Amino acid sequence: MYLGKVVGNVVCTVKDDALVGQKLLLVRRDDGDGTIVAIDAVGAGVGERVYVCRGKEASFAFKGVEVPTEATIVAIVDEVQR
Amino acid sequence: MILARIVGTVVATRKDPRLEGKKLLICRQVNPQGDDEKGYMIAVDTVHAGFREKVLIVTGSSARMAYGCKDTPVDAAIVGIVDQVDHEA
Repeated sequence: MYLGKVVGNVVCTVKDDALVGQKLLLVRRDDGDGTIVAIDAVGAGVGERVYVCRGKEASFAFKGVEVPTEATIVAIVDEVQR
Repeated sequence: MILARIVGTVVATRKDPRLEGKKLLICRQVNPQGDDEKGYMIAVDTVHAGFREKVLIVTGSSARMAYGCKDTPVDAAIVGIVDQVDHEA
C-alpha cells in the first residue's frame, strides 16, 4: 500500500461489467513512481491525498463482487506525522 | 491499473487451451497526457478493443477477475476503452 495524490479522472464507456458505476481516478504516487489508475472505494476527489491498496487484495474493498482491479483507493489521508 | 495504447496483435496457434478464442494485443503504456512510455506488454482483450485505441489494463492476479478470464493463465487484461482522461497539470 502507498500514499498518493488524486490528479485527475478517467472516463470509459465500454468496460468490464463489474466496473460499471465505479469511479476511476488518476493517482500520482508520492514516491515518484509514476501515475496509475485506481478505483475509488471511499468517495475521494481530485486534489486529495489518498491511501492506495495494490494487488489482488485491492478487489477485497468490493467484497461480494469480483471487481477486476489491482489498485483501489481505500482511505483519504487527513494527516501524516513523520 | 494502467493506461495503454494498442499497437499490434499477436497470433499464437499452439497455446494453453484456456487461451483459445481470446484476442492477444500488444499494448504500449502511455502517461496521462497520452505520450508513450518505455516498453510494451501483451494483454488479453475482454472489451473488443481495436488498433490504436487507448485502453485500461489491469495487471497481476487481478487480471483473472476480468470477464471470461477466470482460471486462465493471464496476468494482463484489457478491461476498458478510455474515452477521456482529465488530468490537472
